Formats: sequence, C-alpha cells, structure tokens
Amino acid sequence: MTRDNNSHSDKANPGIKPPPANTVGIIGWIRKNLLGGWVNTLLTIISIYILWLALPPLFDWALLNADFSGSSGKECTTNGACWAWLDQRINQFFYGFYPPESYWRVNLSLILLLPALAYILFENLPYSKYGRWFALSYPIISALLLLGGAGLEVVTTDKFGGFMLNLVAGLAGIILSLPIGIVLALGRRSKLPLIRMFSIAFIEIIRGVPLITLLFVAVIIVQLFLPPGVSLDQLVRVMIMITIFASAYMAEVIRGGLQAIPNGQYEAAQAVGLGYWRSMRLVILPQALKISIPGIVNTFIGLFKDTTLVIIIGLFDILGQARLLQTNPDWMGKVDHETFLLAALFFFIICFSMSRYSINLEKRLDTTNK
Amino acid sequence: MNENSAVIEISALNKWFGNFHVLRDINLSISQGERIVICGPSGSGKSTLIRCINRLEEHQEGRIVVEGNELTHDLKNIDAVRREVGMVFQSFNLFPHLNVLDNCTLALIWVRKMPKLEAESLAMEYLERVKIPEQARKFPGQLSGGQQQRVAIARSLCMRPKIMLFDEPTSALDPEMIKEVLDVMVDLADTGMTMLVVTHEMGFASQVADRIIFMDEGLIVEQNTPEEFFNNPKSDRTKLFLSQILSH
Repeated sequence: MTRDNNSHSDKANPGIKPPPANTVGIIGWIRKNLLGGWVNTLLTIISIYILWLALPPLFDWALLNADFSGSSGKECTTNGACWAWLDQRINQFFYGFYPPESYWRVNLSLILLLPALAYILFENLPYSKYGRWFALSYPIISALLLLGGAGLEVVTTDKFGGFMLNLVAGLAGIILSLPIGIVLALGRRSKLPLIRMFSIAFIEIIRGVPLITLLFVAVIIVQLFLPPGVSLDQLVRVMIMITIFASAYMAEVIRGGLQAIPNGQYEAAQAVGLGYWRSMRLVILPQALKISIPGIVNTFIGLFKDTTLVIIIGLFDILGQARLLQTNPDWMGKVDHETFLLAALFFFIICFSMSRYSINLEKRLDTTNK
Repeated sequence: MNENSAVIEISALNKWFGNFHVLRDINLSISQGERIVICGPSGSGKSTLIRCINRLEEHQEGRIVVEGNELTHDLKNIDAVRREVGMVFQSFNLFPHLNVLDNCTLALIWVRKMPKLEAESLAMEYLERVKIPEQARKFPGQLSGGQQQRVAIARSLCMRPKIMLFDEPTSALDPEMIKEVLDVMVDLADTGMTMLVVTHEMGFASQVADRIIFMDEGLIVEQNTPEEFFNNPKSDRTKLFLSQILSH
C-alpha cells in the first residue's frame, strides 16, 4: 500500500495508524533478526567475529596475494593462490578433451539450453507454443551437436570431459528422472498388484544399493550379458544408472506428495467424469508435485553432484581434470586448493540456482493467500 | 409411483465395509424431477448410499440402474452414469490449484471437449446462477466456505447433469453461510432437477422435498412425504430421531 492510501485512510478512519517506525524497514529487520534478545545478540556478535577472522585472509590469499601469470607452478612465488594455470587449462576444465575446433558445438548447445529452459521454467513468454516444441526437441538437437553425425564431425563420448560432462550427464538425469519417478510413484499406489509389485521391487532394490555399486555393475557386469559384438557406450551406461538411481528417490519424494492430497480430490475428479489418467494429470499431480518441489530439487541437486562418479569409467569430469592438473609435474603441489575451489564454485553456482528457482516456483504456485 | 419414469432404480442393494454391513437390502426407485432428502443418525449409511449411485463406492450385492445404465465393473457404464450425475461434497473438494472459473471449465474442456471460450461462458452463466460471478478469477482458498460450496454446485451444474447428489452440503459451514447455500439449492429444486440430498436441515426438507427417507443402521426405516414424516412418523426410531433433532 502506498503512503497516499495510508494518509487517505487516516482521515477517513482515525483509528488506523501506521506501524511504529522501529518495527519496519531495515532498522526493524535488524532489531528483530539480529538483536532480538540476548541469545540472538550474542550469536550475531560471534558470527561477525568469525567472519572477521575468516574473510580477510581468504580474500588476501585468493586475490590480493595471488599469482595470475606464469607457465608453470615454479613461477607462482607469492604466498597467495596460484591462478597461473587458468590461462592454459581452463578450457580443459570446461571441455575436457573435446576437440578444440569443435568447442563451438558445446557452446552452441549450452546457449540453446537457455531459451529451452526458459520456455519450460517461465510462463508468459512470446511464441510460447513454438518455444515448448523447441524445448521438447532440445535433447535431440543437443545430442546431435555434441556427438556429431549428419554432416558434423563425430566426437566419441570418451572425449567428453570437464564441467561439460557433468552438465550433460546431470541434465540428462534431471530430464529423465522426473517422468520415470512419477510413473514409479503412481505404480506403487496402483490397484493392480503386478504393477505395484514391480514398482516396489524396483524402488527398493535401486534405493538399497550404493550408487557406486550400480555404476560398477553397469560398467563391468552388463557387458557380460550383452550379446557378443554389441557394446553400449560407457557414458550412456553411467547416465542410465545415475538416472534410474535418482528416479527411485524421486518416486518416493513424489509418493509423499501424492499421499498429502486428500481423498476428496480424487473423488471430486471422478465425480465430474475425469478418468484415472486425466484426474492424475489435471488434478492430483499438479498439487502433489507442488508439495514435492523441495524434495524434487533436493534429488536433482544430489543427482547433479553424483555425476562426479563418472571418474570410475575413466572419464575426466571437472574433478578428474582437477586431479589431473594436481599430478602434472609442472604444477604439482601448487594448485591443490585452487583447482578444487574452482570446481566447487562451478557446482555451487548451478546447485544454488536450482535451489533459488525452486523457492521462486513455490511462491508462484502458492494459491492459498494471493 | 410410475415405474417407467424411474431415473434411479436400486434393488436389493447390500454393501459391506470389511465385515460391517453398511447397507442392508435397500430398495429405492426415484423418478424424474423428484426431490429426495435422506436423513438419519451418523453411521446410518446415508452417505454411502448416495456415493454408490455414482460409483464412488462399489456395492457387493444388488442392482443400481441410473438412466438405463447398470453400474457394474464396466468402465463405460460408470462413465455414462457419471455424465448424468453431479455431486456436491461436504468438504467442497474444489481443486485448490485452479481458480474458480478453471474449476468449472476443467471437465467441460477435457471430458466434454468443449472449446475453452464456450466452456468459460457456460461456466459464467452458472456462476451467475449461484450468485458469485465476481469471484471467477479467485482461487478457492480465498473464498469463504459458503462461496466455495456454491462454486462446487456451479461446477457440477456446468456438466448439465440430470441428477444431483448432495452429501451433507451444509455440514461444514458456519451457521450464517448455510442459508446462502440452501437458497441456491432451493432455486435449483425449482428448475425441476432430480435431487438426492443427505442433510440434517429439516427446514429445507420440509420446504423442498417430495419424499423424506429416514435411514438407520443401513436400513431404510421409513419414507414418506414431509407432512406425514414430521407430523405422523410411524416408527419409534423415527420419532426418537425427530425429537432429538427438532428439540434444539
């Protein structure tokens, strides 16, 4: 409400007063959140002290005293961070061993990701009908760009690496694990015993086994069952395993949401003649998924970080690249913290964005008190 | 009663919840345009009875025929019956993620395959009939209980049912909102709709009902016109019930 409105209602209604000045705005926020009671005040003081101890040295190390140029670790002579490797190696951190003359294909598929995501995540964009189709076909476009074929030079998946590998495996898992999780969650609540048993067995078996075990199964054991001459790409196997692992968790998260929907919603949907699938799609799932957003995003973030396990099939994702540089004779002993810090920063940016978006989505979907 | 004009025909209906016998040998024939009020103590099976009519509950014995469709496991028949039968619930059961207008048009668009604009104008027509067209863009969570229940009635009416079932439509409402919902139901009765209403509102029953059915322990104890039912109840159980419900 604007000030004008307030003064207007003041005249009309002498009993209506604005809240006391020290309870609103920045001062009100500080009083309430930082200095409310002696425990709060003490914690505030301790926190400020810890930050004062930690931040300036970190800042000095990472930026002020850091070395930014040089062609090997020996040239990093200050006691600060050694960032000289960035110049030569940042491409490997991002693209792995992808052929440099084809970096544009990775870049293009990342740039195309932005509109594709935008059309899925945000409403009210222009040309939304075409946009949705584009978003749906994005995985195919992007696979074509990255792998080649149809005129482009073919790049095999063993060339994939760096953060791009984490993004590819993570995105594929995210895109696939949600629908598979929904189907498993509905299956687990199905009245048909066969479907229910299958879903329960799938979820419990996958959830009961460590992911790393599943990955070893995918890499070593699956080959024994494939007919001779047939081989399934290693990266594809790993992506499948990460996806079904995340799907099992996703199914349980969504089942939690489904159970929170009152029975009356099913009945009302039945009574107006929506059959099972339409009731689910139009009435039950929109509500259940909304409730499950924190859990779903939690699973997404976990899945994304699990992509670092591709190291076991000998692919060098961003952590692999960090280790590679740490053991390089030119840089040995100089870049241990720096490389991990950079990898951590990359992951943090993506995971924190997902988390913020989910909070924004929850607010947007809240219809209780608009 | 003329058998040929019966829109709902229930014969020898029996239903159990586990070992509990909720409905015992129910025989009931309802003709076109008839307004029926079902009352009785809680646990008497009255809600279960009307929920059997649109197959929200499955019966184990007997026959239910609605508009010529017998309710069996055949999904086609169940769909056919639900097309003709609208239902209003005690707890409204509006879809909270959709606004009022979308609540009304959802089934029109997806079940009746009606174009969106046509569905919206039809929905507005019914929202006007229940006297809340101005709330069309609000979400159910922003409305009072009485308004929500009127939306629920409009949502059912949009599907142009031939029969309306009301399952204690005013039991979850504050006293001052009961009237606005009952007024809408009286208006609806005046249009000649076939109505089955489970309710404790005896004023509504005496004003609107053609027949009052009194149930206890899964049995139809007594059925009669309102005058006879209130002034000249036959069974002792009915007399006891009436003395309790009318004394306060």
